Amino acid sequence: MPKVVYLDNNATTQCSPAVVEAMLPYFSEKYGNASSMHNFGGENRHVIEAARHQVAQLINSAYDDEIIFTSCASESDNTAIFSAVRSYPHKKHIITSAVEHPAVLEPFNYLESQGYRVDHIGVDEKGRFNLEQLKQVIDEETAIVSVMWANSETGTIFPIAEIAKIVHEHGAIFHTDAVQAVGKIPVDVQAAGVDMLSLSAHKFHGPKGVGALYVKRGTRFLPYLMGGHQEKHRRAGTENVPYIVGLGQAAVLAQQRLKDGTMQKVAALRDELEQGILSMIGDVKLNGDPEHRVPNTTNISFGYIEGESILMFLNEFGICASSGSACTSGSLEPSHVLRAMKVPFQFAHGSIRFSLSDQTTREEIALVLKELPPIIKRLREISPFSTMK
Amino acid sequence: MWDYTDKVMDHFRHPRNVGVIPNADGTGQVGSLVCGDALRLTIKVNRQTDVIEDAKFETFGCASAIASSSILTEMVKGKTIAEASKITNQDIADALGSLPAEKMHCSVMGMEALEAAVQSYRNGGAPVVFEQEAEKIVCHCFNVSEEAIIKAIRSNHLTTVEDVTHFTKAGGACGRCKGEIQKILDKVNHVCSIPASAPKKYEEMTLVEKIKKIEQVLEEDIRPKLNLDGGSVELVDLDGHTVKVRLIGMCSGCAGAQGTLKNFIEKVLQDRVCAQLTVEQA
Repeated sequence: MPKVVYLDNNATTQCSPAVVEAMLPYFSEKYGNASSMHNFGGENRHVIEAARHQVAQLINSAYDDEIIFTSCASESDNTAIFSAVRSYPHKKHIITSAVEHPAVLEPFNYLESQGYRVDHIGVDEKGRFNLEQLKQVIDEETAIVSVMWANSETGTIFPIAEIAKIVHEHGAIFHTDAVQAVGKIPVDVQAAGVDMLSLSAHKFHGPKGVGALYVKRGTRFLPYLMGGHQEKHRRAGTENVPYIVGLGQAAVLAQQRLKDGTMQKVAALRDELEQGILSMIGDVKLNGDPEHRVPNTTNISFGYIEGESILMFLNEFGICASSGSACTSGSLEPSHVLRAMKVPFQFAHGSIRFSLSDQTTREEIALVLKELPPIIKRLREISPFSTMK
Repeated sequence: MWDYTDKVMDHFRHPRNVGVIPNADGTGQVGSLVCGDALRLTIKVNRQTDVIEDAKFETFGCASAIASSSILTEMVKGKTIAEASKITNQDIADALGSLPAEKMHCSVMGMEALEAAVQSYRNGGAPVVFEQEAEKIVCHCFNVSEEAIIKAIRSNHLTTVEDVTHFTKAGGACGRCKGEIQKILDKVNHVCSIPASAPKKYEEMTLVEKIKKIEQVLEEDIRPKLNLDGGSVELVDLDGHTVKVRLIGMCSGCAGAQGTLKNFIEKVLQDRVCAQLTVEQA
C-alpha cells in the first residue's frame, strides 16, 4: 500500500492528535454524567460550558448559550428546518438552494410532500447564488430560507450577509449549513446576520459524531429530539462529553489556523495544484467561482473520460480525492451541484474534487502533478470520444 | 468504494485490445456522453468461416465498464458469429468473477455493443448504433426500452425494480418510470392479482362494501402512482355513483389536478369498481 496522500478533506479530516488527547480522559476516567448532582459528574458541566465558549468564539456568537451541541451537522440541519416550520405553522412556503447537501434537501422534499410550497434557488455556471430569484420568490408566507455558506463540491462561497438581509426584510428565519465554511474561512454569525447555523467537528480536524447548531437569541425554537432537559431543553440526550470536548479543542485549533496564515498557505498549495493541472492537461474545465471560494478546494473536470476511473488510478498511488460522476454518487446521474451549474455532460462525468488541508505538503502536490497527466492520457486513449472529436 | 474482483481490477489496469480495427467487418456502438458510459466495439471476421479473428474496444466509463469491454474482446475472439451471439451479460460478469449489483449495467452495455457489432457484420460492415425502439421507451432519462427491460428480467431472473435499475439503469434518474417497470416485472414474472370469485356488482354492495372497495383501489392502483410525484388522494364522501375525493401533497394545487381526477382516478375507478362512477373534487 503506498503512502496515503489525502486530498479529500471536504469529505472528512484527520482528527488532530491534540484533539484526541483532550478527549481521552472523558471516556474511562471522568465518565460522570454532566447532569448529576455529585461533583464527579457535575464537574463535567464546566467542561461542556468551556467547549461551548470555544465554539461560540470560532463563529463569533454573542452569547455562549446560542450554541446547542448535536450529534452531527445533519441533525443540526434537520433541527433548524423543522424548528422553523413548526414555530411558524401558518407559513407554508420554504426556500433553499439547488446545490445543498442532502441533509437539507431531503427534509425540504419531505415538507414538500406534506403540502409545503418549496423553491430551490438556482446558481449560474460558476455556481454563484441567484439573489434576484430569491427576491422574486420570497414572500410573507416564507417560514425559513436555508442556504449553505460554502459548497462542498466546488467550494463556492455564497453571499450570506446579502441573503440574510433579504430574508429578514420578509420576516423569515435564515439558516445556513456552514459545514464547509467553518474552520476554512472566517465565519462571523453576527456580521452575517444569520439566525441559525450548522457546523460539524470532523470537517475541521475534530471527531466524527459531534456537531453544533447556533441559534441566535430571540429566534423561535422547538426541539427536534425531545426528552430530557439537556442543552436547556433544546436537545435531549445525555451530553456526549468527550466528543463535545473534542469539538471545543478543534474549534480552538481552527481559530489559530485562521489567524496565523495557515489557510493562506493551503490556498497557495491549492493554486499550485490547480494551475499545474490546467496548464499541463488539455480539455479541462475549472468548476466553481475562483473569486469566491474556500481556500482548500478545487474542482476540475476532465473532458471525455469518467471520474470513477480517474479516482481508481489515483488510488493506485495512494492519492485520495472524490468525484461528482454518476458512477461514484450511488445514483446514476452526475452530481446535482454540477447539473445545477449546467456543466456540459462531457465534463460533468469526469469531475474530480481535490480538497486540501493544513497537513497537505508541497511534495504531495508534486506527486499528483506527476502522476495525474499520464492517467488522463491513458483513459483518453481508451475513450471513444477523444478519438471521435 | 466498490468491491471489485481482482479480475476486474486487472482488466481495468491493463485493458486488452484497446483501439479500433481499421476497415472492421463489424462496428457496434452503445451509450453516449450523456449517459455516462459508452462503448465502441470493432470486430474482424473471416467471411468464409464466420470466425471472429480480432476484436478491439474503446470505452468511456468507470472501471467496471472498461473491464467488461476488455474481457468481452477476449471472449469473442476465436468464436463464430453464432457462438458469440449467445454471450449474455451474465457471461461477461461471470468471466470477471462478479460485478457489484449496481454495476451490472456495464456488462449489459457489453452485450448490447456485441449485438450491434454482429448486426453490423451481417449488414455488410457499416457501423450500427445499438438503439432501443423509440415507441417502446420506458425510461426516458436513459433511453431504455421495454424490450431491453424484459430481456434483462428474463436472463437474470430479476424480481425488483431496484434490480432492473442495476442491470439496465432504467429508473435510476428521475424515477418516474418505476411504476411502469413494476408492471413489466409483474407481467414477465406472471404475478397478477387473483380476482375474487364472482365479484358483487357495485349496485348490490352495502355502503360499507362500496367504500371499502373504492378505498382498496385507491390504495393499490392510484396512490402509488400519485406518490411518485409527491402527492396523494383521500376519499371524502360517496353519494350514489359520485365519489368525492381530496387531492393532497403535490397534487393539491397542481395545474394538472383536473386531469388527474378525471383521466386517471375516475378511469381507474370505472375500470375496477363500476363503469358509472364519476369522481369530483370535494
